[in-house]
Amino acid sequence: MLIRYLTQIGRYFLMWREIFKKPTKWSVMKGLILKEIDDLIIDSLGIVAFISFFVGGVVAIQTALNLTNPLIPKYLIGFATRQSVILEFAPTFISIVMAGKMGSFITSSIGTMRVTEQIDALEVMGVNSLNYLVFPKLIALLLYPFVIGISMFLGILGGWIAAVYGGFGSSDEFIGGIQQEFIPFHIAYAFIKTFVFALILATIPSFHGYYMKGGALEVGKASTVSFVWTSVTIILMNYILTQLLLAS
Amino acid sequence: MIEVKDVKKSFNGVEVLKGISTVFETGKTNLIIGQSGSGKTVLLKTLLGIHKPDQGVVEYDRRRYWEMTEDEKRELRTEIGMVFQGSALFDSMTVEQNVMFPLRMFTHKSRSEMEDRVNFVLKRVNLIDAHNKMPSEISGGMQKRVAIARAIVNNPQYLFCDEPNSGLDPNTSILIDNLIKEITEEYNITTVINTHDMNSVMEIGENIIFLKNGILEWKGTKETIFKAENQAVIDFVYSSNLFKRVREAMLKG
Repeated sequence: MLIRYLTQIGRYFLMWREIFKKPTKWSVMKGLILKEIDDLIIDSLGIVAFISFFVGGVVAIQTALNLTNPLIPKYLIGFATRQSVILEFAPTFISIVMAGKMGSFITSSIGTMRVTEQIDALEVMGVNSLNYLVFPKLIALLLYPFVIGISMFLGILGGWIAAVYGGFGSSDEFIGGIQQEFIPFHIAYAFIKTFVFALILATIPSFHGYYMKGGALEVGKASTVSFVWTSVTIILMNYILTQLLLAS
Repeated sequence: MIEVKDVKKSFNGVEVLKGISTVFETGKTNLIIGQSGSGKTVLLKTLLGIHKPDQGVVEYDRRRYWEMTEDEKRELRTEIGMVFQGSALFDSMTVEQNVMFPLRMFTHKSRSEMEDRVNFVLKRVNLIDAHNKMPSEISGGMQKRVAIARAIVNNPQYLFCDEPNSGLDPNTSILIDNLIKEITEEYNITTVINTHDMNSVMEIGENIIFLKNGILEWKGTKETIFKAENQAVIDFVYSSNLFKRVREAMLKG
């Protein structure tokens, strides 16, 4: 069991090396990157915007409902919303959601190509299939921090609307809370995490799709396994990066 | 010409190819036949470099595949066309994009030159109105023809076909067989076809090898296969009722 896991991990890192070997012609790669940006980034904006807006609102309401002591200032609603959204919700929670949405899409599309021998066709033609399939996803996901930036903005906007229009505090109090004890490094921390999660989101689902064996049923299983491992890796890396960047 | 010498290949301790040696000749349709599990696909994939043999040599016109550098292998692969069993067309691309793919990847032709070449090969496989259709919108026979067009678009020296007739009706199968044979002769390429379809054997079997349990049991042509004395070949050839009756008629004179 342990040997099997270690073999898989070794294979995953060897895959990284292969991704950058024998690059595909730029004229072809350009089109592939644009297609991946459309499939992975643009197509994710709707669901990210929806979740971020409403979860931001819920964070604000729950914070407000827990501030029962009249001595605690109302600006804490804005402060708590900002901290929750920027530090954890946008980078980590959205990445877990994307492990389901984006990750399943990547695993199933590459897995289907494996099952239908399209990957063999690429290899027989002399194309480095890992470079052709995974490299454009990696490049496209360099724009993932942009998605998380939108998520941060909409999460805080949702919190502001919920707080102000729900009658939990004034707009000035909420905005004051957002500005309270602002540490710019928290933004850097969030985007460093996001960048690492982007690499995970591009490669682990690709790995599970590329190396899968079997037929249509196994494509479904590979998508599920891919989601589990992508989520586990994101959560582990979240812990490690938080320890390294904030606690030390 | 492709030559294999004493090729052996095992998976998880099970020997699938047990020392195959043969020559696939240029300008001829070379058939690998045998029952399911005989090692046909493994041999084909070993020829293609998808599987590395545990022992033995694969030579493409005296060029030893497994002694080549990565660049040489990549160069050689541009000389290879492959028609997969399930066609393996890229389902996110139109028919035209599928056929144009090898040209875009490996040549520096202009867009109009590529379009001319794609039009030429699609016409050659009798597909003239399918340029903008997706693979899912065309029949299995048409998909096979697109796969053949994609395989020959870059003027390959070697053409491999894995079960080109599987899933096709008898008439379409004959069309595909004849198309492969015509292309082989027209471009003087080395064609290797993996099949268990006796109709294909009768139509285009110019150089046939018969595999059983990973061993090359018999070699011959479509003319000599009916006179083969090897019991495994007899069992394979006369496995269908039609051929059994033909044999009975032949024996009765």
